[in-house]
Amino acid sequence: MEQSGEYRILTKREDVWASLNDPEVLAKCIDGCQSMQRREDGSFLAAVKARVGPIRATFKANLRLVDLNPPASYVIHADVNGGAVGFAKGSAKVFLEEDGAATLLRYEISARVGGKLAQLGARLVDGAARKMAADFFAAFRLEFASPASAGGLSH
Amino acid sequence: MSSATGIGASVKRREDVRFLTGTATYTDDLNLPGQVYGVFLRSPHPRAALGEIDVSKALKADGVLAVFTGQDTAADGLGDLPCGWLVKSKDGSDMVSAPHPPLAVTQVNYVGEPYGLVVAETLAAARAGAELVVTDFTELPPVMDLATAADAAPIHEGLANNLAYDWALGDAAATDAALAKADHVTKLSLTNNRLIPNAMEPRAALGKFDPASGNYELHTTSQNPHLERLVLSAFVQIAPEHKLKIIAPDVGGGFGSKIFVYAEETAVIWAAAKLGRPIKWTADRSESFLADAHGRDHVTSAELGLDERGRFTALRVRTTANLGAYLSLFSSAVPTYLYGTLLAGQYKTPNIHVETKGVYTNTSSVDAYRGAGRPEATFVVERLVETAARELGWDPAELRRLNMIQPEDFPYETPVALVYDTGNYQASLERALELADYAGFAKRREAAAVEGKLRGLGFSCYIEACGLAPSQLAIQLGAGVGLYESGEVRVNPTGSVTVFTGSHSHGQGHETTFAQVVSDKLGVPFDDVEVVHGDTGRVEFGLGTYGSRSLAVGGSALIRASEKIIAKGRRIAAHRMQTEVENVAFEDGAFISGNQRMTLQEAAFASYVPADYPPDLEPGLSEKAFYDPQNFTYPAGAHIAEVEIDKETGVVRLVKFVAVDDFGAVVNPMIVDGQVHGGVAQGAGQALLEHGIYDGDGQLVTGSYMDYCMPRADDLPDFVVDTTVTPCTHNPLGAKGCGEAGAIGSPAAIINAVTDALGVQDIAMPATSEQVWRCLKEAEASEGC
Repeated sequence: MEQSGEYRILTKREDVWASLNDPEVLAKCIDGCQSMQRREDGSFLAAVKARVGPIRATFKANLRLVDLNPPASYVIHADVNGGAVGFAKGSAKVFLEEDGAATLLRYEISARVGGKLAQLGARLVDGAARKMAADFFAAFRLEFASPASAGGLSH
Repeated sequence: MSSATGIGASVKRREDVRFLTGTATYTDDLNLPGQVYGVFLRSPHPRAALGEIDVSKALKADGVLAVFTGQDTAADGLGDLPCGWLVKSKDGSDMVSAPHPPLAVTQVNYVGEPYGLVVAETLAAARAGAELVVTDFTELPPVMDLATAADAAPIHEGLANNLAYDWALGDAAATDAALAKADHVTKLSLTNNRLIPNAMEPRAALGKFDPASGNYELHTTSQNPHLERLVLSAFVQIAPEHKLKIIAPDVGGGFGSKIFVYAEETAVIWAAAKLGRPIKWTADRSESFLADAHGRDHVTSAELGLDERGRFTALRVRTTANLGAYLSLFSSAVPTYLYGTLLAGQYKTPNIHVETKGVYTNTSSVDAYRGAGRPEATFVVERLVETAARELGWDPAELRRLNMIQPEDFPYETPVALVYDTGNYQASLERALELADYAGFAKRREAAAVEGKLRGLGFSCYIEACGLAPSQLAIQLGAGVGLYESGEVRVNPTGSVTVFTGSHSHGQGHETTFAQVVSDKLGVPFDDVEVVHGDTGRVEFGLGTYGSRSLAVGGSALIRASEKIIAKGRRIAAHRMQTEVENVAFEDGAFISGNQRMTLQEAAFASYVPADYPPDLEPGLSEKAFYDPQNFTYPAGAHIAEVEIDKETGVVRLVKFVAVDDFGAVVNPMIVDGQVHGGVAQGAGQALLEHGIYDGDGQLVTGSYMDYCMPRADDLPDFVVDTTVTPCTHNPLGAKGCGEAGAIGSPAAIINAVTDALGVQDIAMPATSEQVWRCLKEAEASEGC
């Protein structure tokens, strides 16, 4: 699966970068996220309850951030395990560009799925992933919408 | 006896009463005291090394009783699942058979391969337990591309490559020479699409071990329970045959996919003994897609040479056949002896040479599926013949007539190892042309064109070798077992008859057809004859149901057993009538000498209450027979398909389908029509809709009905079905077999019709609306696609 997208976020690039690396923010913005931990090596461990077509499961994701180039770009390697429903593996390249006072976030995802996800959901995965991304960024933008939450993010 | 229930009568299927009223008993309907449930751990990867399997959390979960892995079955000495047919490569070497443990031990080799079994008090607990097992997989690169698989890095450790065998049949030099001299050579590169069987009832197993007797009992969805017992005893070593009973109760369709001995029932019966509780497993539809043996999956290049008068001079065929990750029970024979031997078709092609490379890939096993090799052979021959006719401007019917084997040519020895005993191919073709209104096709095509539709017509004149099989010949060719069938006819003391057959029925209607045969032969009422099958505890032996063999071989065994009953009855009657046996005739269920008459029922009673009885004769009236055929049977026929294509959407509508088949003598015409209807529907599924696809990463992406399209009633026209009859010359019924013909003949006829409508040389199966639409668009762009 190949996918890309672009979002404009009304805050400055350093804040976006910080929030993208903040497990609390990520947990809040990912629909169905049950836990999100940052480990000592900088990787994230997440548990997300998600639905792809007829498949519903708690997916355990191991996210490794590489090629870090703060605050402009990085790559996320994801290893997502859904137990009996299969797995997903992939990477997302994330680019942040300054756009006046705002930030333009672009991403390019390349992923493959296996097991029941591929068997039952192959052609639904694309739509499900797009929806998850859209939901995430909708919530992520809200993080910067009010002064209160923006303040909370500046630490 | 000709009657409303005898041979030749369309008796309604007695088994349908229970099938249609929900009172049948399938494996999953059975429940045993103390029964628990199994769920398999299956690989999500096409190829991976199996590391640690952490079962600790699963074992602590509510209701979970045990988790068994391949390490456990291996440690217990469980044997591999064997392939029962040894095919030799053309250099004389034996095929390379990769070890196939019932549960994977060190490496998984296809998505869905079982590597463990979670057993729990309830199905839900077993499923939840399976979720808690953490398995360490190290992914390995899979081999997915059929065309290049043979020489890719070996899937299995210890093998040199992925070639199981490189088999050949026929005279290569003569074929090459004849092709070089041919006036015209028609060439095609063909794909025979992978199919997933999709029997209505998924596979299931219910295993029980009785510690008091040491007996094992396995209820399972099998087409041949005795073969299952043989394999589980002799090869896997579950238990010796006298301690292992296999029962295949009502089975909801098999189409070949339930011939084979699978990992799941093997693990279930083994684990039931380990745990001391009966274990039930029933596949869900996803598991069926992943782990049932699939069908077909060939890539082929083929050339047909013709002389200046249109006579076929040579046929050269090069096929690569996908065998999947492991050799399933009969898989090796399907693209070789059940394929190459049929390439003469109905024609007098003097030179034929075929090579088949059987290769391993990281996919589910590929084995027999309705037709098994013969649909693939028919597709090659009939696509070539139709294409040659178009290239040379011949009427496809006329080119076939010119080359057909004629009635006076029988017995006819083909260049690919078979001797056809009888047939009249042209008679079927002429009848089909009449029923298809071939003469009126041009007008129908014009009328369709006015509506903006493309109409096409295609032929397929198929032959198949059925009635598997003459044992000595089959064993010479590599079969690991004989292919005879057993039958027992037991006349009970009061004259009713219980018939035991080794040929299992899972939709074919044996309980009706076999009762007709015995009732007719013995002259006893149809309703007094009961047919028992599918239980190794009740039926002495059997080799099962496949290869359209049940009536020709199993039915013949019942005729032989019935003849023994009559012979013994004549001796009883002769004694009572105080005459010589030679003076006693048997007619309409009674022994007759002069004006004396004794019914079979009276003879039976006399045999069980031997008050006045021949002193040198054993009491009782029960006889067995094993029937071993002398030759294959050769059903053949002509199929004509007519399609109409919507130019805007690419939708192909099968508007007419005519099947005229020669099945030899027919016992129940209604059942035969039904078999043809079902087979043609499956063939239409292959031609237009069905396609099992693994993506390049090795995932099965057609693993549900969202993506795997089965034919439905509204995809199909009302089939026009008729028969011509040349009785088989070597079995007592004159029957040839009808179970597979529909699926064998129809794909080529339909694709010939689609290519005719589109005006293209070839289109790959399945000719889905998307594919046809793309073909039309390409043709628009480039004037030819």
